[in-house]
Amino acid sequence: MSRTHVTCTINGDEVEFLCEDDTTLLDALRDEVGLTGSKEGCGTGDCGACSVILDGALTCACLVFAPEVDGGTVVTVEGIADGNQLHPLQQTFLEGAALQCGVCTPGFLVAAKALLDENPHPTETEVRYALAGNLCRCTGYDKIIRAVLAAADYNGSEG
Amino acid sequence: MAIIEQDTTNPGFKWIGTRPIRPDGYEKVTGKARFGADMMLPGQLEGAVLRSPHAHARIVSIDTSEAETMPGVKAIVTGADFPDLKEAGAGAADVDLAVNIIARDKVLYEGHVVAAVAADTRKQAQAASKAIKVDYEVLPHVLTVDQAMAPGAPILHPGTRTKNVEPAPEEDSNVVSRVVQQLGDIDAGLAAADVIVERTFTTKPVHQGYIEPHAAVADALPSGRVHVWCSSQGHFAMRTMTSTVLGCDPTRIKVTPAEIGGGFGGKLVIYLEPLAARLSQKTGRPVRIVMNRDEVFKGTGPASGTKITVKIGATNDGKLTACKSELFYEAGAFAGSPVGAATMTMIAPYQFENLLLEGYDVLVNKPKVAAYRAPGAPMAAYAVESVIDEICQKIGMDPIELRLKNASVEGSQAAYGPKFPKIGYVETLEAIKNHPNYQIPLGPNQGRGVASGFWFNAGMNSSATVHLNEDGNVTVVVGSPDIGGSRASMALMAAETFGIDVARVQPFIGDTETVGFNDVTGGSRTTLATGQAVTEACEKVKADLMARAAKTWNCDVSEVEWVDGQVQKLDGSEPPLSMAKLARGWGRTGGPVSATASLNARGVGSAFSTQVCDVEVDPETGVVRVLRYLTAQDAGRAIHPSYVEGQFQGGVVQGIGWALNEEYVHTEKGTMDNPSFLDYRIPVASDLPMIDTIIVEVPNPGHPWGVRGVGEVGIVPPLAAVANAVSNATGCRLTDLPMSPMRVLDALNQKSNGGNGH
Repeated sequence: MSRTHVTCTINGDEVEFLCEDDTTLLDALRDEVGLTGSKEGCGTGDCGACSVILDGALTCACLVFAPEVDGGTVVTVEGIADGNQLHPLQQTFLEGAALQCGVCTPGFLVAAKALLDENPHPTETEVRYALAGNLCRCTGYDKIIRAVLAAADYNGSEG
Repeated sequence: MAIIEQDTTNPGFKWIGTRPIRPDGYEKVTGKARFGADMMLPGQLEGAVLRSPHAHARIVSIDTSEAETMPGVKAIVTGADFPDLKEAGAGAADVDLAVNIIARDKVLYEGHVVAAVAADTRKQAQAASKAIKVDYEVLPHVLTVDQAMAPGAPILHPGTRTKNVEPAPEEDSNVVSRVVQQLGDIDAGLAAADVIVERTFTTKPVHQGYIEPHAAVADALPSGRVHVWCSSQGHFAMRTMTSTVLGCDPTRIKVTPAEIGGGFGGKLVIYLEPLAARLSQKTGRPVRIVMNRDEVFKGTGPASGTKITVKIGATNDGKLTACKSELFYEAGAFAGSPVGAATMTMIAPYQFENLLLEGYDVLVNKPKVAAYRAPGAPMAAYAVESVIDEICQKIGMDPIELRLKNASVEGSQAAYGPKFPKIGYVETLEAIKNHPNYQIPLGPNQGRGVASGFWFNAGMNSSATVHLNEDGNVTVVVGSPDIGGSRASMALMAAETFGIDVARVQPFIGDTETVGFNDVTGGSRTTLATGQAVTEACEKVKADLMARAAKTWNCDVSEVEWVDGQVQKLDGSEPPLSMAKLARGWGRTGGPVSATASLNARGVGSAFSTQVCDVEVDPETGVVRVLRYLTAQDAGRAIHPSYVEGQFQGGVVQGIGWALNEEYVHTEKGTMDNPSFLDYRIPVASDLPMIDTIIVEVPNPGHPWGVRGVGEVGIVPPLAAVANAVSNATGCRLTDLPMSPMRVLDALNQKSNGGNGH
């Protein structure tokens, strides 16, 4: 079976890879590009562990075929820090103990970043609904919600 | 930052009770942490598993010939590729383990493994697994305890005779065994009661619901050695079980732990490891197998579905006089439900003088149940705590008052044998009673529910090694997988023992060959037991360093003392020797400094939790919304309070899901109807309020830091706390979980039609 050549921008870098037409973006990221930060928790778009920002929109990478992102721009959890300078969300997740096992954390960070990019000062209710597509089984969400609200306070101090 | 509060409850400690950033956190927020499915080795093949589509069937034949010729396929294994442990005379538990990994003559549940394939790509392996031809003779199945115990029911394992019943049965049964807890005189206790409430409750199987599916990579060498990478709750246990199924010595296998993406008991057992290992042995290549979510639901262990009858008597002034109960727990397709633990824990918060608790372990054609956070206890507590709530309603007594009146305290006789040592149950009741949440007025359609729970702490075996490094900092090597922040608690206990900054402690989780034997991360034991090993190893390093300092100063070791990470001479005649200085001089004092402690943990504590839940019930839709939730739990001593709170909160929310949403739905054919996170709905962020916590600290006198295990008991009360709140809001006592909108509406309709709503 011939493989499709895909060129896209991932975390600011131009990336090329070959994949089959029915390879998901998640499998391409993990197996072809070597970025294993995005996780497969369900493969059906229900858990959000594979959340990426595709052309500015929060997306489950397991629901997109990799050839669809040709020419597109993808941000994964590996791309939300500025080098070794953590994104405020990463910092507040660490300080607020907003992760236990950590397997859902990449998806939550990406989804929360997508929220704060659009709405820098969400209410608790807005955070809860914005993150309702991301499942966490360890924390009961309490500390995750608090960490996102605390990161939004960073936005306040910057602007 | 506002979200970080300095803990002030332990002024005597410098590090214990503080909230530093966890050592493994940076990898986990940057996507660098490697979980089970993230391992990639050169030349690695990908595996896929063929599973039974039937709940119960005889395997007539398996034909792999076509699949073997498909593109990329390198090897296929079936049950015939594994030793027959029954023939080899192994014990029943080992035989069950092996047959659960891969079926032999029969499949016993939908999802039971029949064959596994290794190919160049996962898609090739999946295509080949579908091309394997299996001829099944479908057999009748049983899905519930009632079906399994009905006369003439199909028998899962012919030859099973119920243990511990008199007279000994002469017929095969799906009831594996009976367990009994008995105290006093049950008839006299019930006769002494002014009020008796008896009800029967049912709960459905629920899944642990960890977000990371099971994954394993195995790399077999021509020498017979096999290296396995997997995420589990205990890599030593994975080694033992994998070797049992493969029929080799455990030490032929090395297991390297990956980061574990949640377990809650469900990753205490193996599923994929022996399959990957055998495929690797057949091909000489590393093989990775990763489950999808459908396989996780169908092929791995849920918690038991149950049917429980509870009858409790009390006097009008609120003294509990007797509890009689009959519990039936689904074991799944192999013996071993946690019904025994249920009978041991269900009334532990109370001083009952008269008890008769009988539990039955019942085989059904569903996946073999696995442990799930305080295994067995939440369902039994749901029944007991609901009946106690109804007694409070009948005699008009506040639920906290009744519990205080009957509460187990130090010296109380526990139903399962021992007398309780110092425990903090009363303190959890007082904490709830005195919290503002308990006084907030409720509106229409709102209700408040209280429930308590008990769970053991396990002790078991742990080892730890502490190395002093050349810069004076220390490495702490443990063998307990970190499932929710235990690296942080190990580092804090080491820092406190040495009196050094926690940043100078690097914790590390060793594989099965770099650290001494460790039992699993489970039973709320890791901080308690592995923490003891870490503390003891640190003390040994300290003692060694004090001896070396004394040697350096030509004095007796009794003339030196340890203060804040350095050795001082008592008379002050020499400048202190820091750990860094002692490390630099170790060539002159005997070489590098390391110490290991291996122990069977002492001073196991008991964990109690009391919780109060407020709900609002929509009378038109039956939807129950949790308005506020408060949990008070005795942690003994909170080493890292944030992660202690996190354990409380996580357990509560799993319990809320169990109460309101979660259940395995089966078709009449015995297949699971909702094997996805869309249809098996675990709580999401928008379903919930903040989960308020009170850390009660009644130090465990048996532990060097006063620790009690905190991981499990938080899930014991919520089923009843939510149910009692729903009862309070609606006047209906719901006796079947989950309390889905449909069931709540049914109860409301029955009530408005003149029934009592159940």
